[in-house]
Amino acid sequence: MKKFERLEGIVAPLDRANVDTDLIIPKQFLKSIKRTGFGVNLFDELRYLDEGQPGQDCSQRPLNPDFVLNQPRYQGAEVLLARRNFGCGSSREHAPWALEDFGFKAVIAPSFADIFYNNAFKNGILLITLEEDVVDRLFTEVAGSEGYQLDVDLENQRVITPSGEILEFEVDAFRKHCLLNGLDDIGITLQDEDAIRAFEEKHRQQRPWLFRQPA
Amino acid sequence: MSGQTLYDKLWNQHLVKQRDDGTALIYIDRQLLHEVTSPQAFEGLRLANRKPWRLDANLATPDHNVPTTVKERAEGNSGIKDPVSLIQVQTLDDNCLEYGIEEFKINDPRQGIVHVVGPEQGATLPGMTVVCGDSHTATHGAFGALAHGIGTSEVEHVMATQCLLAQKMKNMQVRVEGELGLGVTAKDVVLAIIGKIGTAGGTGYAIEFAGSAIESLSMEGRMTVCNMAIEAGARVGLIAVDDTTIDYLAERPFAPTAQQWEAAVADWRNLVSDADAQFDKVVTLRAEEIEPQVSWGTSPEMVTGISGQVPDPQAALDDTVQRSHARALEYMGLQANQKITDIKLDKVFIGSCTNSRIEDLREAAKVAKGNKVAGSIKLAMVVPGSGLVKRQAEAEGLDKIFIEAGFEWREPGCSMCLAMNADKLGAGEHCASTSNRNFEGRQGYGGRTHLVSPAMAAAAAIAGHFVDVRTLPANDTSHAQEA
Repeated sequence: MKKFERLEGIVAPLDRANVDTDLIIPKQFLKSIKRTGFGVNLFDELRYLDEGQPGQDCSQRPLNPDFVLNQPRYQGAEVLLARRNFGCGSSREHAPWALEDFGFKAVIAPSFADIFYNNAFKNGILLITLEEDVVDRLFTEVAGSEGYQLDVDLENQRVITPSGEILEFEVDAFRKHCLLNGLDDIGITLQDEDAIRAFEEKHRQQRPWLFRQPA
Repeated sequence: MSGQTLYDKLWNQHLVKQRDDGTALIYIDRQLLHEVTSPQAFEGLRLANRKPWRLDANLATPDHNVPTTVKERAEGNSGIKDPVSLIQVQTLDDNCLEYGIEEFKINDPRQGIVHVVGPEQGATLPGMTVVCGDSHTATHGAFGALAHGIGTSEVEHVMATQCLLAQKMKNMQVRVEGELGLGVTAKDVVLAIIGKIGTAGGTGYAIEFAGSAIESLSMEGRMTVCNMAIEAGARVGLIAVDDTTIDYLAERPFAPTAQQWEAAVADWRNLVSDADAQFDKVVTLRAEEIEPQVSWGTSPEMVTGISGQVPDPQAALDDTVQRSHARALEYMGLQANQKITDIKLDKVFIGSCTNSRIEDLREAAKVAKGNKVAGSIKLAMVVPGSGLVKRQAEAEGLDKIFIEAGFEWREPGCSMCLAMNADKLGAGEHCASTSNRNFEGRQGYGGRTHLVSPAMAAAAAIAGHFVDVRTLPANDTSHAQEA
């Protein structure tokens, strides 16, 4: 995982509540056995006017001119501004893989779905939860100013707007640590290998049926 | 000190290490694997030169991509026409073979949807922690197991460490009290719950479903309820262990036997929330007030009773909701205030990890028996949840009832719930579906999904539009007047 560096990025607004992971990356693209290459199909059904197929050359497909990511002013966006319950639905990690592959490094919303929240952080994407009225205000600011950028400072847990307003956010210490240092959490867990083995042995003695296989 | 909830007990029984930063390592007893979310996890293990921690904790079966026609399935993996799907299923086979993980392959009679297979085999037991790279893993909570849907990085983490990195959730209890009316099923209960608390109502919580209406459900019904906890935003759904749970598990292949069975049952009896346990939130519904449900929109919370109508977006109190409703109506091709019973259907799908178990098929067959699928329905299909469910249904003659009524009788898999195989909706087609998600494009590009119970789906297939299953002769006629 790449380290999360302080970021000044163009903000793209996706003004829609309950954006589900089917919308972020439709099922036909889940057939891939790789972790990469999903960016061209991010928001496929919103972004293109035709039905996408895996492996297709997307540069030849008709774009939906109304979709925000197709508008010239949002090209190169690294921060996605979204509405409540972003990432609901399926557990597909292809959703953060697609966001990351497209170039998004952070998503700001009033709330996120639980599984998506975990998946995003494991792929180096910072999810920032801000109050609904603050998010509302950011939507207005983004709409009113072409090239609108936010300064995302994970170290100090704050977002700074172009006018210099500071928006503080919460993030748990472990996730922050992993993101800032680009750490693989399997390696961290395996530092507790002895504790896991000891627990497992006790667990097996207490509840042997949990370890049973059919005859 | 107040007592513990069922979730608290399960958490404490599996807590390996609580870290200072609020995260914890919890031990995982069972991991279920399927072809879609596991290949990158195996690849990750390989690249890091790691080995699975405990092979016998894992059980695999292909389900999302498998074709469901009898003809294709007769050919095994080579019946998978889509070369990309074939690679994915083949990759699962190869990985299981390479690492020595037990797999029920495409034509094994035990193959099926992971969330049907696990419980059916007794591979899901009370007091277990269960994970799977699939959000509907919440299903297994019906057994008093702590079951989490996880992402692929977490699948790899569990394979490598036998632990999940987790933060303790808050406790919510959803009580459904009273007696369900005839024709009102577990599916209607869970849709009504989602309609009430919303699709993010359970975010951050483990939901325990309780109350007399939940207690009276069979294991199949309980699985349907827990399955859709995620549609209310909760990663974990739970139901306390009772005789129904224990009776279901006796003599299942992976269940304990003899003396160990007695010890296990004694232990499982404790898997209930203590009488003085405190929940962070309690929601109560009256069973009598729940009528058969139909979703009208593109989120499972966009649902109403069969006697209801499509809402008017203008009536929504909040701008965001107003826009969502307007967009949903546009996508669904519905009018504000349109009666639910006036929604005409093109296809009917009975299946999925929500509703493809034997009881679901019996309920649908009861409605289908002696009737014919309406001429306006292009396709009505029944997809059993596993090879063993299929076999049982055939032993009971349900397949013949469906076929005579004009339904297609298919081979087990996820099928049109998410349309990763060839079973899908065309653009603009309305489908009465017993699955769990009505998101845009979920069942096919431009497809329009209406979530319902198996009995409601069968009734809709016969009428060609939604009808109140309570008014059908198969149900008590005394309920007909109410509808």
